[in-house]
Amino acid sequence: MTVQQLMEQGGFTAAALPEGDREVSGVYIGDLLSWVMGRAGAGEAWITIMSNRNIVAVAMLADTACILLAEGVQPDEGVAALAEEKGVNILCSPHSAYETALRLRDAL
Amino acid sequence: MSEGLSFHFDVDGDSFTSAGQASVQVKKDLRRLGVDPEIIRRVSIAMYEGEINMVIHAHGGHAEVRVTEQAVEIILEDRGPGIADIEQAMQAGFSTAPDAIRSLGFGAGMGLPNMKRYTDHMDIQSTVGVGTRITMRVDLPQ
Repeated sequence: MTVQQLMEQGGFTAAALPEGDREVSGVYIGDLLSWVMGRAGAGEAWITIMSNRNIVAVAMLADTACILLAEGVQPDEGVAALAEEKGVNILCSPHSAYETALRLRDAL
Repeated sequence: MSEGLSFHFDVDGDSFTSAGQASVQVKKDLRRLGVDPEIIRRVSIAMYEGEINMVIHAHGGHAEVRVTEQAVEIILEDRGPGIADIEQAMQAGFSTAPDAIRSLGFGAGMGLPNMKRYTDHMDIQSTVGVGTRITMRVDLPQ
């Protein structure tokens, strides 16, 4: 399933979607960035509530398929534009991290 | 590539929000050289953690990346406060990062453990009051 399809099926919105055809291979949930870099796999959708610029670098380096901001969190100012520029997908979910994960489970 | 390639970066200690520029550049350079994606992931994450550490603790520093046919070597050098107890600093969860850093999602005490985890060899030389030099190596498949 691609990030674009995941967005449509899960009822999420896109803050940045420069690579919507990227395949999603799994899910990782976490807010501590070093944990994410230590544990998230390449191609996974990363559910978090962190919204600062560093998430773009972390997503790039960990090579996740997309960042999925839960709990209605929106990216900080300038972060969506940065993500667009760097080729990092950011989706937004109005639901809790748990509810968001359930939707991913159904979709994947 | 037989003689090896070398990249040098200055890590800006005052711009925490732009930290990662050197690691992202290394990622691009390695991709251009045709290095295996999983190797690139390990190198660039290890380097990013080092970069973040230099910004948090040492007001920046220098990074040198050398690529040979055998391995990718990363040397990080700073003139920060140094690490008093390296063994303690290597323990997962141990951190001296300030709260402001933690609120950004860093400072979980996983930086050095991640650097070790993702590299095949890691060496820390540090003197309190003088600085720290970390050498990491990721072997390339032969």
